[in-house]
Amino acid sequence: MGKTLFDKIWEKHIVRSIPDGPGVLYIDKHFIHEVTSPQAFNGLEKRGMKVLRPQQVVATADHNVPTMQQHLPIKDELSRKQVQQLIDNCKKHDIELYGLGHPFQGIVHVIGPELGITQPGMTIVCGDSHTSTHGAFGAVAFGIGTSEVEMVMATQCLLQSKPMLMRINIEGELNNGVVSKDIILYIISKISASGATGYFVEYAGSAIRKLSMEARMTICNMSIEMGARGGMIAPDEIAFEYINGRLFAPSGDQWIKKMALWKELYSDQDAIFDKEVNINAADIEPMITYGTNPGMGISVNGRIPSEDQVAENEKPHFVKSLQYMGLQAGAKIKGKKVDYVFIGSCTNSRIEDLRMVASFVKGKKKADNVEVWVVPGSKQVENQAKEEGIDKVFQQAGFILRQPGCSACLGMNEDKIPAGKYCISTSNRNFEGRQGPNARTLLASPLTAAVAAITGEVGDVRDYLSTNITGEHSFNNLPVAQSGLLIEKTSNSPLTIDHEQSH
Amino acid sequence: MSKAISTIQSSFVPLNIENVDTDQIIPARFLKATSRDGFGKNLFRDWRYSNDDENQPKEDFILNNPSYTGKILVAGKNFGCGSSREHAAWAIKDYGFDVVISSFYADIFKSNALNNFLLPVQVSEGFLQKIFKAAAIDSSKELNVDLRQQTVTLLSTGEQEKFDINVYKKTCLLNGYDDIDYLLSIRNEIEEFEAQKS
Repeated sequence: MGKTLFDKIWEKHIVRSIPDGPGVLYIDKHFIHEVTSPQAFNGLEKRGMKVLRPQQVVATADHNVPTMQQHLPIKDELSRKQVQQLIDNCKKHDIELYGLGHPFQGIVHVIGPELGITQPGMTIVCGDSHTSTHGAFGAVAFGIGTSEVEMVMATQCLLQSKPMLMRINIEGELNNGVVSKDIILYIISKISASGATGYFVEYAGSAIRKLSMEARMTICNMSIEMGARGGMIAPDEIAFEYINGRLFAPSGDQWIKKMALWKELYSDQDAIFDKEVNINAADIEPMITYGTNPGMGISVNGRIPSEDQVAENEKPHFVKSLQYMGLQAGAKIKGKKVDYVFIGSCTNSRIEDLRMVASFVKGKKKADNVEVWVVPGSKQVENQAKEEGIDKVFQQAGFILRQPGCSACLGMNEDKIPAGKYCISTSNRNFEGRQGPNARTLLASPLTAAVAAITGEVGDVRDYLSTNITGEHSFNNLPVAQSGLLIEKTSNSPLTIDHEQSH
Repeated sequence: MSKAISTIQSSFVPLNIENVDTDQIIPARFLKATSRDGFGKNLFRDWRYSNDDENQPKEDFILNNPSYTGKILVAGKNFGCGSSREHAAWAIKDYGFDVVISSFYADIFKSNALNNFLLPVQVSEGFLQKIFKAAAIDSSKELNVDLRQQTVTLLSTGEQEKFDINVYKKTCLLNGYDDIDYLLSIRNEIEEFEAQKS
């Protein structure tokens, strides 16, 4: 019987298996940040131990950092102490830290891939559930708790039971205006917020193969939102091209050696999955969530389900969600006024995301009723955006371009959405209070967020698309770098907003 | 330090809500601490208090109902979904619970609970509903959770259900061992593995 992509990597990393128990899994890369590491370092010190393989650990400060005036001392005392503790711990344990002020600082799941640290075939962990992002490169990557962070620090291993395996095949052509965020929101709406619990998911199919690496990361990133332990995509030429030449990517003979190994990383034709899900790409529309878990998503043109469409056992959660959100069962979501637009997070804060937003926004002004925050995923993304003039586009539109961090995705720093306010967010969770106490979150793609920023309400990006005479779609006659069909996300594509445009 | 657990008999707190995510268990703004202690006071913070104010408890929230107490938290399915924050397990344990009972758990929460000697017991949806029903009638009803026998018993009716736990984890919990102790004991093997790998 053939092997799955997951099995090929898993088997190479099992040090031993405990009878009737978990396996001892060797970890290649361990990312750490300020929030889930301090207690692990404390635990290690209590045992009188040092980090076993500091060269396999990479640290950054992201969850709890301000996104304005990062050059100044952090105002909040607890946050400052937490970030300082990371600095002290990294120094003590000889760990490379890309902290505030460092040109590589950023959200942990943005900087790993961007620096070429994330590579196919690796086992990667981090004390953060969105570690699944790195699976886009064909790595077994998953989030862990702080006790497990301590385990990896102490032994470079984890005790893990092998998960079940699910493959989600997305075949066909995406509709115009549909981007990778819509794909994953659609999948979660079908599978539910718990439907992949116990599974590791492989995304496959022709629609996935065409996506850029950044688009793939968006999909793998949200695997946890349907309960999956992780998500992954077999690496291909698009992946290899992305990695090649990055700072920590192998080069020369090492590159040739690695490529030989990486090219074997795919699920064999006769590999068997515990579950397979087939999705037709053409069924996917621009998506938005209306409730308080990421599975509560609909097309931007759709209606919130009416109560009788909801299964009896789901009703209490459904009613509670709508009450929190201040939305009506059976109502249309399009046209709903919003107060904030947040473009950022480990899901959608990469350069392609910012380019996508900029290409829609160029020459337009934000609606008066919204405040728009754009938070780049890393210092490198921020600098690239400035180099490409994206910062000017945002400035002219009245957006605020902040500095890198997790920001309003989890509202741990001061970037909180006020109580009762609606925020269209490119982040990953719409839980109660996630973006601030009583804040109301509508998850959507960067394109849908851009539409809301300009119009002040929930809209369908396709209403702003036009078809030109050659049959090629364009965006108000504006070429757009990345979206479904022809504005597919292409890695490192030249910025389209530099083109001459007519409005 | 005795971390080991075997039998817990106690009244329980019924939290009849599904998809309880870890942001509800402990909101992110309380994750700034650098020790494992003291998270219990902010357990379910935004469900417990109005306007983030400890002087304004929400009366309809179960933790604010003095009739319901005990060492066992019983919650709706898909408990602990979302963020991997172990602070959620710390908060539940610090508040005084030793056991959580639900019909379905998110994976990371389950691992985090086990690593903190907080026993996550998975029962059938039917049995879970029986427990909720019993609680609605009488808040002083008790549950017995026996890790050795892997059983949960609703003492008022004697109804019982078996639960699963892998042998390795069970041994750890009964004896107070943690995974690091185990991994450290095979350190030579790990180093040999590393040498072969490279």
